[in-house]
Amino acid sequence: MSGGWRTLCDMTADLVIEAEGLVKHFGKTRALQGVDLAVPRGTVLGVLGPNGAGKTTAVRILSTLLTPDSGTARIGGFDVVRDAERVRQSIGLTGQYASVDEDLTGRQNLELFGTLLELGRAGARRRAAELLGWFDLTDAANRQAKTYSGGMRRRLDLAASLVGSPDVIFLDEPTTGLDPAKREDMWDVVRSLVTNGSTVLLTTQYLEEADALADAITVIDHGRVIAHDTPEGLKRVVGGQTLEVRPSDLADLPRIAAILSEVGSGGQADEIRKGVLAVPVTDDRALTASVARFAAAGIAVTELSLHLPSLDEVFFTLTGRTASEDDTTHRTEVAA
Amino acid sequence: MSTLVGTPPTASPVLSTAAPNPRPFRLVRHSLALAKRSLIKTWRTPEALIDVTLQPVLFLVIFVYIFGGAVAGSTHDYLQFLLPGILAQTIATGAIAIGVNLNTDIAKGIFDRFRSLPIPRSAPLVGAVLGDVVRYVIVTVSTLAIGYLMGFRIDTDPLRAIAGCVLAVLFALCLSWLPVYVSMKVRTPGAVQGLMFALIMPLSFASNVFVSADTLPGWMQAFVDVNPMTHLVAAVRGLFLGTPLDGHVWWTLAWCAGFVAVFMPLALRAYRKKI
Ligand SMILES: Nc1ncnc2c1ncn2[C@@H]1O[C@H](COP(=O)(O)OP(=O)(O)O)[C@@H](O)[C@H]1O
Ligand SMILES: [Mg+2]
Repeated sequence: MSGGWRTLCDMTADLVIEAEGLVKHFGKTRALQGVDLAVPRGTVLGVLGPNGAGKTTAVRILSTLLTPDSGTARIGGFDVVRDAERVRQSIGLTGQYASVDEDLTGRQNLELFGTLLELGRAGARRRAAELLGWFDLTDAANRQAKTYSGGMRRRLDLAASLVGSPDVIFLDEPTTGLDPAKREDMWDVVRSLVTNGSTVLLTTQYLEEADALADAITVIDHGRVIAHDTPEGLKRVVGGQTLEVRPSDLADLPRIAAILSEVGSGGQADEIRKGVLAVPVTDDRALTASVARFAAAGIAVTELSLHLPSLDEVFFTLTGRTASEDDTTHRTEVAA
Repeated sequence: MSTLVGTPPTASPVLSTAAPNPRPFRLVRHSLALAKRSLIKTWRTPEALIDVTLQPVLFLVIFVYIFGGAVAGSTHDYLQFLLPGILAQTIATGAIAIGVNLNTDIAKGIFDRFRSLPIPRSAPLVGAVLGDVVRYVIVTVSTLAIGYLMGFRIDTDPLRAIAGCVLAVLFALCLSWLPVYVSMKVRTPGAVQGLMFALIMPLSFASNVFVSADTLPGWMQAFVDVNPMTHLVAAVRGLFLGTPLDGHVWWTLAWCAGFVAVFMPLALRAYRKKI
């Protein structure tokens, strides 16, 4: 599958983000051990990996904050080490941790970055007002950022990285810690950035998020790329969605199993946990179809949901180990 | 999101391939913009000024009323003698705060963002140093105001008095590159504070701040004579009270230049290396 994606990249050839063989060690920690990344213009790359996989390290190298021990990376053709200054002119970075000044107001933060980006006094003011409006922060514009809620801070942070209208945007775990509604808001923002021509590299710990936003997904683990593919390709490998049902009355289990086997993509319904049946599905309509069938049959359910595989399940499929198991072996290895 | 309206105000579709825009005085303009940030922060957290305004009050009251009679014969004479010294001591300890603040700040994401912007790498440090000028002016004005309430009077003229204040502020500004450097090298804000106090306290006690230099033990004289604090205090005393200046202004300026020449490059290099 990685072969297919390579060919796709070679065909487009217009790669805005390219990295080859990135290596970075922190003392004994091998944060990156030879990572390749490629993002064609106007697309979103999702970098998927568990905590400690090396996502932030890769983003920091691409955004010129760190120099790699070896390997090269280019943004828009400019080397992130040799032409760092040029690279900085075309990127916007939203780090994993808030990177606005908490003592300044939202507006002061954005105007400061506007001034630093040579927009001029009036230009900086106009741009700040525009972004505050767009991110629904106008009412809070004159309050110190430390009074903002988590979601508002993320929005301000993202707004700050857009002040210079960057062509390339790095988002390091943009939705970690946000509740589901706020997460969907952030997804909408990312989608509209791409519609407008930006190229986005975002890191995440959720397959669901990468699937919702990315044109391609690179899975990394312990500083190595273990897969890259389109979301569809990856889901074909790791298994697509499952529909899970928990009946109100356990006596209904057999009847539910029969319905699920019909609406599912052909697999048998399994009891994955006590009192919960699951079946693989390929079509989102399976959810509504099963609701109609349950209603017609007079079956009551307490839970009904569609799931993509969790990161643990993705890793299990790709490596034969779970992410956490692997962590332990890695640690002993490092200690030894 | 439901609240987002219209098209996002973002990217031009082509990656900018233009050469970096070499507009003049970038370092100056960017540093000033970042100095404004420090100013806003000072303005927003006035409690950070409490220690530097309280310290001169404590020192003046304790030394003037407890030791004044014994040291100088009269409390007024001692106040006249002591105030320039306390001003120098307070402003020098006031310069420690920048190291403590930077040490806290740099670990936060905001410095990451600065480093990802197309601005000179040194601008955030230069900006922080310049922004602190306002703190030094506040320290100077409040120390003089307290002195006046206690009976201190300038014996020269306003012009020389202002020159004395400017010299003190300039001294702090240049000295502050030392705590900036220390803050890049030391792990915690507390360590910056501790180390800087350990450096500055001997400077202010082994000097002419509290007593005239020639009353100090002979083995200390050599140190007292080169101590930058001695020169600053003697220069400010001369400008406030009309005592002989004897080249102390020039020695102070030489020390200022020395601090900048040594610690600014060291601090900038340490900052570039610090990730
Ligand atoms: N500055 C650093 N010093 C030491 N170790 C680091 C540093 N930054 C990251 N690491 C280590 O490198 C590994 C990868 O970290 P990171 O890139 O932050 O992963 P992720 O963002 O995927 O969670 C982790 O083991 C982390 O502890
Ligand atoms: Mg991370």
